[in-house]
Amino acid sequence: MNELHVEGLTKSYEEGELILRGLELIVPSGTLAAVLGPSGCGKTTMLRIVAGFLRADTGTVRLGGRLLNGPGVHVPPERRRIGIVPQEGALFPHLSVARNVAFGLTGADRCERRRTKDEMLELVGLTGYGDRMPHELSGGQQQRVALARALAPRPQLVLLDEPFNALDSALRAGVRADVRSALRATGATAVLVTHDQQEALSTADLVAVVRDGRVAQCATPQDLYRRPADPWIAGFVGDAVLLPGTVGADNTARTALGTVTLAAPPGGLRAGTVLLRPEQLRLTDEDSVGVVRGTVTDVSYYGHDAMVTVAVDGHDTPIGIRVAGPIRVRPGEETGVRVEGEAGFHP
Amino acid sequence: MPRRARTAGRRPPLVLLVPACVAALFALLPLGYLAVRALERGPAFAWDVVSDERTLELLGRSLGLTVVVVAACLVLGISLAWLTVRTALPGARAWSVLATLPLAVPSYVAAFAWLSAEPDLAGFGGAALALTLVSFPYVHLPVAAALRGIDPAQEEVARSLGHGPLRTFVRVTLPQLRPAAAGGALLVALYVLSDFGAVSLMRYDTFTRAIHTSYRASFDRTPAAALSVVLVVMTVVLVAAEARTRGRAGHARTGTGTARPALPVTLGRWRPLALLWCGAVAAVAVAFPLGTLGYWLAVGSSAGRDLGGLAETAWATFAVAAAGAGLTTVLALPVGVIAARHRGRGARLLEQAAYAGHALPGITVALALVFFAVRYAYPLYQQLPLLICAYAVLFLPVAVAATRAAVLQAQPVLEDVARSLGRRPWQVLREVTVPLAAPGVAAGAALTFVVCMKELPATLLLRPTGMDTLATRLWTETGAGSFAAAAPYAAALILLAAVPSYLLGRHRT
Repeated sequence: MNELHVEGLTKSYEEGELILRGLELIVPSGTLAAVLGPSGCGKTTMLRIVAGFLRADTGTVRLGGRLLNGPGVHVPPERRRIGIVPQEGALFPHLSVARNVAFGLTGADRCERRRTKDEMLELVGLTGYGDRMPHELSGGQQQRVALARALAPRPQLVLLDEPFNALDSALRAGVRADVRSALRATGATAVLVTHDQQEALSTADLVAVVRDGRVAQCATPQDLYRRPADPWIAGFVGDAVLLPGTVGADNTARTALGTVTLAAPPGGLRAGTVLLRPEQLRLTDEDSVGVVRGTVTDVSYYGHDAMVTVAVDGHDTPIGIRVAGPIRVRPGEETGVRVEGEAGFHP
Repeated sequence: MPRRARTAGRRPPLVLLVPACVAALFALLPLGYLAVRALERGPAFAWDVVSDERTLELLGRSLGLTVVVVAACLVLGISLAWLTVRTALPGARAWSVLATLPLAVPSYVAAFAWLSAEPDLAGFGGAALALTLVSFPYVHLPVAAALRGIDPAQEEVARSLGHGPLRTFVRVTLPQLRPAAAGGALLVALYVLSDFGAVSLMRYDTFTRAIHTSYRASFDRTPAAALSVVLVVMTVVLVAAEARTRGRAGHARTGTGTARPALPVTLGRWRPLALLWCGAVAAVAVAFPLGTLGYWLAVGSSAGRDLGGLAETAWATFAVAAAGAGLTTVLALPVGVIAARHRGRGARLLEQAAYAGHALPGITVALALVFFAVRYAYPLYQQLPLLICAYAVLFLPVAVAATRAAVLQAQPVLEDVARSLGRRPWQVLREVTVPLAAPGVAAGAALTFVVCMKELPATLLLRPTGMDTLATRLWTETGAGSFAAAAPYAAALILLAAVPSYLLGRHRT
């Protein structure tokens, strides 16, 4: 079993600034977890501690039951069986692709080494590239070789440090999917560090949002998006419409967009913040119950959908509405807005 | 980003730390021993030597020469940098290359060239002329680099605010060149104070020449040691000042990141004058020494020449320089790796100790090693190993700087990856860091080889009896006025030095 268990990690720098304040993270065996957070939140520091490049002040790191960091224990990186895929790949520029991939295969005999190397190159779709030098590869190919290199010694855990950052967006989705399927194929536990919420949601099985050196919420991508623990997370993982609301009868709340149904009982609260996603709002011409009138202030067209902002009475900032299909409104026109589905509610 | 904490917490591994400490102690040994030796007969005696009228006179002469050479270098260096970088001067690139060539000419070769053409130049004028013409590139190179780095938008803004070209240069450009020019000027000053070859051939008494004379003339070597200490204090002050300006220049440069080159200034009717100026500098700094050399080679060949002796000397020079470069590079390796990879007080101290040679004029290092050998290691006295050690102390800074830069080229993340793939620290060093840094380290070794080959004062004092290098032979023949006999040695030196310089130039591009 290759479960990663991080407990109570703290770390401060010489200037006394606390970068990790008791970080907790559990990644079940075989899971690809994303650690998501804004820059400076401590996610890279966590990764470097887990890899063994930095020592934590306090806290423990266990991998498959083996203690790697703890009081008086610091296993050096070369004995952790943790592979890393750094930003921009960091291939050894003086070694060929094949020798890069085989770098970690020290114990095995020649035959075995060759087989593993070929297997890994095939896994990342680069069969036949073994004799190339790193500078002869594109950015995406380099990133795949870096993954093959990390996976070759069959590590218990693979750490990916914003590995898709350097790729242009057209390439990113493809490489991301390949990396995910390669990880699946080897069954390795993996931790992906990123500041890109789309990347975290689309790639990982589990997403841990890190804020100020702690995990603020750890959940599956769907749960995280639909039931964020607080408004900040809601806004960080996606576009959010946040409205003040007062609790009414039968799990409802009254807002500037009318009465909305809450996903969960408000738990004795009288007033709070109601959370809706822009795709839960619909533009409508009807004038029925539950439709609120407003004025279109702006239309941003993205192709696959568009964001229409509408000013409504009782709320001072315009509200974003995601509209799929043809856009029939123009700025300045009046329109109706209807809420669909259930809303989140936060104190 | 947390990246700043990268290596701050990691202590250098012992495989690096121990040899680095050895290298640092080695570099500091002459300095320490010089002080011990100077104070041996009591502080009062040392003070008598230092406060002697003769010493004060030497101080005046050394400083006078330094001030004149530095001023001349600033004028030459800044004017050529501006003309070649910022104006539409025809052949700007060629002039720019020509302006760096004098760096390859040792000061005593320049002195030989001028003396052989006009023996009456001996004295202050000749020394100042020879030293200026070989050291102005120390100002030209950094100033040209700074000029290229200045965002032309700043100058455009100044122009749009109503400043003419000249006012813009004085108020906007020049202040930004100050750190580069100051750094270059300090290097020139250091060069002049440490120089032995040119001043001794020009028979102009400065500290270095006086130390040499005093050492040769009497059995009592304490005065030489005391004078050396004064000289070392002066050079240490200069080095410290240079390090400070370098730090500030770095700050001034950050964030300029030029997007596009500046539009060249059209010279108009000044063009012939600018060309004349560049041509004149190239003529006296490059063409004249080469021409004189060619003349004396021709004169000498008609008189018949001792080719066997030349070959033997060239071979001896090659051998000692190679040994010196080898030892220096090996000592520099651990220090350079630590300097590049580890921060913190200990690492900085190690690096600074290795830089001691930068502040020590060759003659003082030689003297310290002579004292040391006579007292503690007599079998080494006037033997090759001592000379090679002197080279290592003197040129450790060259090799450490090259190693440090080379190691910085290899990203630390590669070492992290190697660790995560099961390599221990020393294996990482062997399989990743050293192979990646090898080309840069080799370039440093080549550079060290060149400077060892050109070294004069320490070689004069420490060489085994009967052994000559190209430099010492050139010095002896020129000193005796036999210019035709000296010429082949000068030519051989320039040729041998040009090869690694050429390779270095290719390596950088």
